[in-house]
Amino acid sequence: MNLHAILAIYIYEMKRFFRTILESLLSPVISTTLYFVVFGAAIGGRIEEVEGVSYAAFIVPGLIMLSVMTQAISNASFGIYFPKFIGTIFELLSAPVNFLEIVLGYVGAAATKALMIGAVILITASIFVELDIQHPVIMVVFLLMICVSFALFGFIIGIWAENFQQLQLIPLLVITPLVFLGGAFYSVSMLPPAWRVVTLFNPVVYLISGFRWSFFGVADVGIGYSLLAVGLFFGLCLAVVWLIFKTGYRIKS
Amino acid sequence: MNKLTKTDCSLIGNAAHRRTDAYAGMHVALSHQRFTFCVQKKGADMAAIVRVEGLTKTYRGGFTALDNVTLAIEEGEILALLGPNGAGKTTLISTLCGITTPTGGHASVGGHDIITGYRAARAMIGLVPQEIALEPFEKVINTVRFSRGLFGKPRDEVLIEKILRQLSLWDKRNNRIRELSGGMKRRVLIAKALCHEPRVLFLDEPTAGVDVELRRDMWEVVRDLQKSGVTIILTTHYLEEAEAMADRIAVINRGEILLIEDKTALMRRMGSKSLRIELVTSLDTIPASLATYDLDRAEDGHSLIYNYQTRAEGTGITRLLQALAEEGLSVRDIETRESSLEEIFVGLVREDAA
Repeated sequence: MNLHAILAIYIYEMKRFFRTILESLLSPVISTTLYFVVFGAAIGGRIEEVEGVSYAAFIVPGLIMLSVMTQAISNASFGIYFPKFIGTIFELLSAPVNFLEIVLGYVGAAATKALMIGAVILITASIFVELDIQHPVIMVVFLLMICVSFALFGFIIGIWAENFQQLQLIPLLVITPLVFLGGAFYSVSMLPPAWRVVTLFNPVVYLISGFRWSFFGVADVGIGYSLLAVGLFFGLCLAVVWLIFKTGYRIKS
Repeated sequence: MNKLTKTDCSLIGNAAHRRTDAYAGMHVALSHQRFTFCVQKKGADMAAIVRVEGLTKTYRGGFTALDNVTLAIEEGEILALLGPNGAGKTTLISTLCGITTPTGGHASVGGHDIITGYRAARAMIGLVPQEIALEPFEKVINTVRFSRGLFGKPRDEVLIEKILRQLSLWDKRNNRIRELSGGMKRRVLIAKALCHEPRVLFLDEPTAGVDVELRRDMWEVVRDLQKSGVTIILTTHYLEEAEAMADRIAVINRGEILLIEDKTALMRRMGSKSLRIELVTSLDTIPASLATYDLDRAEDGHSLIYNYQTRAEGTGITRLLQALAEEGLSVRDIETRESSLEEIFVGLVREDAA
């Protein structure tokens, strides 16, 4: 294992993050505050408790998920796309590193950034609402798994993307709708029965539900399914990344 | 290790043996050399740090960038890889460095196969690519530290300082890369390639787009590196550069190695020379008695230019001078001129295209 290489990539990526630390952390804080003003105060005031939890508190796990997923994807995809774009990828390919080390460096850094942003949102949210996390260990495990899995997913997008538009395509067209329709701001039980069934095909439902369960002990689907879903997604992404390096897809001729 | 053995029968690309009759002279010469140096093969093998055997790269579209390339590069030498655009120079380097996957053949660096032993092989290699590819917002010193780490080496600030000073980059260490000039950026690339103490350094057109002064500086750096025991493979379009720096020259065209040979030997063997004979009295026409010689009038008949081959059995100079004396022409001065590597190179590539 080339530990120096993993660390070099990780530090290099984190430095990029810290160069724009203010922007990186300020924007999630502002957007969280906005969501609270709109959903928590303005709309939330008219909504009764959802499954025994105040609406403002209810949306916190969904909000964290939304930011963590998009941040993990955008950081990881940009992290690997940028070297491809400016040509510095040659160094990575000519270095004595294997795919696992490259992934650990890039995905590790992107997941760390996402985790930090998730923590900042949690802290911001706790200023607005009183949060009592019932299963803190599961919450942390879940958050970590989401960070890592979506960073892996972002890494795949970064490898696949051939221009900046494609880099934005998946997060905008796939992830944002899935998260919004995945019960980030509502409980699945609030939907008409037919839509409830459709919703169950949305993988993000399981992630948000599980994460919410760790906060309030209430869930749309069983926590076991949620853990299985996040595990499956993680495994799938890992397999795809492995395949990418095995075949040299879009990085090696 | 046998550093004196500068040539090796395996060094001659198979291409050379497929030349047509039009290429007979060359063919004979190479065959002769092949025979001579096969005897020394064993010694040369032991000194080879980079070994390439039948390396082939065919892209999915069917284009063959490398066609059965075989060569050995000896430890401590500077090898110049010459060839026109698209000849396969960069593909060869990229393949050895792991950027491109070969479709056939084998290669090893320091005895480590580039595929099965890629970690050990790549750890020995430093690569300075042709295109300047650097992260614009990063500081010089950080990008060099990154490269060292990436190649599996622990931090060594003393070494990095030494390298940056050697390349006159120390004062710029905290500058962002985008603030540097093109020449400075190229130096950063070299620093990145050197910071993990490679034994083999690939320089892909290191002086492209670099001004004359900086080019000479770069040559100095390369020579210093050679003194410290680093084996250097450089590709270049500037034949002047190859002539000034290389111990051996390899010529590649259309993915095939046309020849690889000691530079001075190559120039001696391939080189035609010309003899300028300045006459006391000018000539309007070349006398009939001298018609058998390859002579041209120059300077309104004040001089004669005689072209001859140094590798021929005899140059014919003595006979020509005798003939001149018999004709009653007195000679004021004579001067010989050797053909440059450039002329040799252009000749080779043209013959290959024919």
